[in-house]
Amino acid sequence: MSDLRELYQEVILDHAKHPRNFHTMPDSVRAADGHNPLCGDRLKVFVQVEDGVIRDISFTGSGCAISTASASMMTESLKGRSLVEAQAIFESFHDLLTTGDHADRDEELLGKLAVFGGVREFPVRVKCATLAWHTLQAALKGSAEPVKTE
Amino acid sequence: MAVKSMKSARGRGEAVVPLTVFSPDDIRGDFPILQTTVHGKRLAYLDNAATSQKPQAVIAAMTRFYYSQNANIHRGVYELSMEATAAYEAARECVRQFINAADFREVVFVRGATEAINLVATSWGQANVRAGDEIILSTLEHHSNIVPWQILADRVGARLRVIPINEAGELCMEEYEKLLSPRTRLVAITHVSNALGTITPVQRMVRMAHTAGALALVDGAQSVPHLPIDVRDIDCDFFVFSGHKICGPTGIGVLYCRQAILQAMPPYQGGGDMIETVTFAKTTYAPAPQKFEAGTPNISGALGLAAALDYVSGIGMDRIAGYEHQLLLYAQEKLSQVKGLKIVGTAAEKAAVISFVLSYAHPHDVGTILDGQGVAIRTGHHCCQPVMDRYGIPATARVSLAFYNTRADVDQLVQGLQTVKEVLG
Repeated sequence: MSDLRELYQEVILDHAKHPRNFHTMPDSVRAADGHNPLCGDRLKVFVQVEDGVIRDISFTGSGCAISTASASMMTESLKGRSLVEAQAIFESFHDLLTTGDHADRDEELLGKLAVFGGVREFPVRVKCATLAWHTLQAALKGSAEPVKTE
Repeated sequence: MAVKSMKSARGRGEAVVPLTVFSPDDIRGDFPILQTTVHGKRLAYLDNAATSQKPQAVIAAMTRFYYSQNANIHRGVYELSMEATAAYEAARECVRQFINAADFREVVFVRGATEAINLVATSWGQANVRAGDEIILSTLEHHSNIVPWQILADRVGARLRVIPINEAGELCMEEYEKLLSPRTRLVAITHVSNALGTITPVQRMVRMAHTAGALALVDGAQSVPHLPIDVRDIDCDFFVFSGHKICGPTGIGVLYCRQAILQAMPPYQGGGDMIETVTFAKTTYAPAPQKFEAGTPNISGALGLAAALDYVSGIGMDRIAGYEHQLLLYAQEKLSQVKGLKIVGTAAEKAAVISFVLSYAHPHDVGTILDGQGVAIRTGHHCCQPVMDRYGIPATARVSLAFYNTRADVDQLVQGLQTVKEVLG
């Protein structure tokens, strides 16, 4: 139960139930589809970049609490960030989920995203937490192929 | 369900097992894994449609083989090899009896139901299915009974036709009737849906296929563990199943194929054991089933499977079916009282599988939280994406019962769903 509370923290549940920036954007905006075939999660991330800065970011789709909350909190934490900062946050987030190694992790950059640390105890759920992030990377690269995590 | 299956058991002139009350408590001790705990909790293993647990008898049979019987089969002139050959062929005979095939030569050992279907699609399919021909499947099929046919259809220019299901998860038989035509070469249909539990009317469907001039394959992966099977009663041309779903080991399964069809089929894989004579100019093949068992087979797996079939036969498939049906009714009753829970798949004829969704939680979260309570269920699309699409959902949580499950397992599940509600509700 303690591990479960660690996984499903209040902040995560709040974002899962009330996702922020949960809407589409016009066709002109960069977007990519993400799919986790393991659990059926599907989402689409929209991102508007100007002068190397993420001006706006949103997502749509359906997924489990972890993937929805991660997508929601990703949009909150990246809005207004430079692409360089966004990449650093992604790397810190990835480390948080996959290794206990703090060396490359920038706690300040991570901010609220640190609540996903509990996911590390549930290895099969790591893909849920990273789906939106991989999808964002695909959108930034302009990849036409849907992202799959499995 | 149980009544119908008893009739088929009588039909083959066997003594009907007296329907003494079956109690899982009498046999749970046979399964070492059921005595273990998960996250400090009693294990409630409710993922039997994915794989079943193994009784001591199966583990012992495989261990015994490697301890004291191990040798390669079929060509050795020494004692151990002859013993191993005899044991392997005795396992084949055991399978024949279990499914009531007419002849042991109709039983081919394969890796599992998936390989069996691939064997038929590759060997029989490429020899018999032509451009413009049609293969009929259903929405209920597991990906393993879709993809091999898709590959075949792409290769030869054939077409797949799909029998739809109604809201309850039952096949639309009038649609099936309409799909049958002189172009139909094969009807490949699941006996029990792994995602919803629906039992399909295979006898009737096989008869209709034959009337249309087509052959029929029945995917028994989910029926063999739960219902008495008589392939002659079903009258299908191909029947496939996996050993690991009926208390046997992984990596062993069975293709049953009517003798006349099997002998005429070209080889699937080439290699040792499946030949008569080999020269660089020409090779002649051994008769079936050896023709389809190239290379050293899974000998310990076959022995383990035979031990598993002996084990469940000792309990009686009629009693297993009857008990599981009672447990299904109990579980459905309990789950229907859980607020916000909707059962997906409510066919009149159902095996002990319950797929459900919760209004306030994604199946994947349900699975994680239940795991913390010692309850093992499956979540996802269950290798049945067309079924999920039919209901417009990405995934379900699925409970699948076996004869060693108890009401206590079901109660633990319902209790676990309380925790789901507390965490996510």
